[in-house]
Amino acid sequence: MKIHEYQGKEILREFGVPTPRGAACFSVNDAVAAAHGLGGNVWVVKAQIHAGGRGKGGGVKVAKSLDEVRKYAGQILGMHLVTHQTGPEGQVVRRLLIEEGAQIAKELYVGMVVDRVSQRVALLASSEGGMEIEEVAKHNPEKIHTVRIDPMAGLDAAEAARVARDIGIPDAANAEAVQILQGLYRAFVEKDAMLAEINPLVITADNRAIALDAKFNFDSNALYRHPEIVAMRDLDEEDPAEIEASKFDLAYIQLDGNIGCLVNGAGLAMATMDIIKLYGGSPANFLDVGGGANKEKVTEAFKLMLKNPNLKAILVNIFGGIMKCDVIAEGVVAAAREVSLKVPLVVRLEGTNVDLGKKILAESGLPIISGNDMADAAQKVVAAAKG
Amino acid sequence: MSILINKDTKVITQGMTGKVGQFHTFHCKSYANGANCFVAGVNPKKAGEDFEGIPVYASVLDAKKATGATVSVIYVPPSGAAAAIDEAVEAELDLVICITEGIPVHDMVKTRYKMKGKKTILIGPNCPGLITPDEIKIGIMPGHIHKKGRIGVVSRSGTLTYEAVGQLTVLGMGQSSCVGIGGDPINGLKHIDVMRMFNDDPETDAVIMVGEIGGSDEEECARWIKSNMNKPVVGFIAGVTAPPGKRMGHAGAIISGGQGGANEKLAVMEESGIHITRNPAEMGRTMQKILKG
Repeated sequence: MKIHEYQGKEILREFGVPTPRGAACFSVNDAVAAAHGLGGNVWVVKAQIHAGGRGKGGGVKVAKSLDEVRKYAGQILGMHLVTHQTGPEGQVVRRLLIEEGAQIAKELYVGMVVDRVSQRVALLASSEGGMEIEEVAKHNPEKIHTVRIDPMAGLDAAEAARVARDIGIPDAANAEAVQILQGLYRAFVEKDAMLAEINPLVITADNRAIALDAKFNFDSNALYRHPEIVAMRDLDEEDPAEIEASKFDLAYIQLDGNIGCLVNGAGLAMATMDIIKLYGGSPANFLDVGGGANKEKVTEAFKLMLKNPNLKAILVNIFGGIMKCDVIAEGVVAAAREVSLKVPLVVRLEGTNVDLGKKILAESGLPIISGNDMADAAQKVVAAAKG
Repeated sequence: MSILINKDTKVITQGMTGKVGQFHTFHCKSYANGANCFVAGVNPKKAGEDFEGIPVYASVLDAKKATGATVSVIYVPPSGAAAAIDEAVEAELDLVICITEGIPVHDMVKTRYKMKGKKTILIGPNCPGLITPDEIKIGIMPGHIHKKGRIGVVSRSGTLTYEAVGQLTVLGMGQSSCVGIGGDPINGLKHIDVMRMFNDDPETDAVIMVGEIGGSDEEECARWIKSNMNKPVVGFIAGVTAPPGKRMGHAGAIISGGQGGANEKLAVMEESGIHITRNPAEMGRTMQKILKG
């Protein structure tokens, strides 16, 4: 689960990481009042959307007067901000962060991830701040310093100090940098994050270290113990179909093709998309109904797929293990009746109680096309989608 | 022979008394020699009771002492599953298979750290378990699709493993052992570890390796195969069509920063001498062609 920059900075401050003073705003008047309240004569008006690359897309402006704050806030609020992460339609800006300006002498990068190879939290730090770490990794991998952190001892102060020196933080700011790195690590672990980035971490003209940006992504499996993080969820930033799916415990991701897929198991669901592509079709979605799907879940899954205006055909691919084929067949029949299905439906069933399942489909009187195996079903649905 | 488990393995079930645990324990006990294999359950609140004649003990250590079991399978819900693994490790079991899906990643980081230097091997979490056909089934896979034979199967996914197994069985090729290593980013045995065991197993002739997008375990295994494996390997990777940055059901299945993509994995596997197929319906037939030479 992702959150906004201003929410990320609230978390950082809670863990002793210095950030610029600022306020989240939902209207132009709020933005001007916030700038007035902050004082000073330079402010930064920042669009709050979950995607990165906001600056390049015109979502971050430096204002040198309250009039400019008003002007930029008016321009940014409500705009369709297009970045390399939003897709061509962009993301509507509904929130702003108004911050005091900072005198930047140096921009650096620090981030944390869970490293699957070492099975530890890894601290990544680089002198190349303000650009994407993936770019640095591609072109200047030697500029990324990595520390794999002992989960029992935590991030050692001496190690943090060394990393700070390695990425060129001046000695005068070293103590503050150590505080930032240790705070970031504690926030990362205590809040169950999967990714945390401060990019850039800046060194000011007077040698202070400040987190100028904050990006967090949290482990959805750990949200049960973090109601404070769940409270930060912004549904406007998420795909409506995916929100609907999550209510029914379905894993759903919309894609740009026209063949709906309903599958049990994540690996088989991906493989089903792959085989559709292999036979010349294009999947409309990833949909894993999980191991314990019932009639209700299958019906909701059908409704979700049918909301997609591009949909031309549906492929149900079930390898029943825990899930019995007769149960899924009843679900498919009930769902097809309830939504009065208009597109061709191909069903492939295999596994536990498969004969019973096939019988239920055959006796339903519905025009269901039966797939004998995965390849046969994929070829049939691709043909059906082409009409 | 087989890898990791056989008809003489004695198993403790952690989380046996819950709904999921009861369902799968019943089916595991009914499969092949299961009635002699599933000897104990663990639940501190229900010690002294039994399920289907399987006695419940207060702790893994108590169960181990009373029955001589060396393996455990875990169905404990996500919030307590990492602690259940810790308990099995502290009781010095040989092998722990964690079926539970949805364990927080940071819990697994701590658990894996505590396992360093300990004898216990972990399979999973978020996996279907493992089976040696006609001998023993530990996990949630449908037993009847398997057939005893000489092909090893190792996979990160559940139902896609069944797909591979189903294809082999239909074509008359049985399996020595089938291991689901799980779809989580922080897990126990990886492809390479299971591949080593199949290579050393005199009753395994060839292996099907099923991977998916995310991480670099398949690449690591492929490089090992290139210089060490003396048996043919068929490989498939799910997720060629998956968009980057999206979590495809499994927490581990995400392509990030240009890494972990299916095409990159397939290229490394092909270069390592693995017989890859891009068609998930062709895993069995690809194996058949190779064995017929």
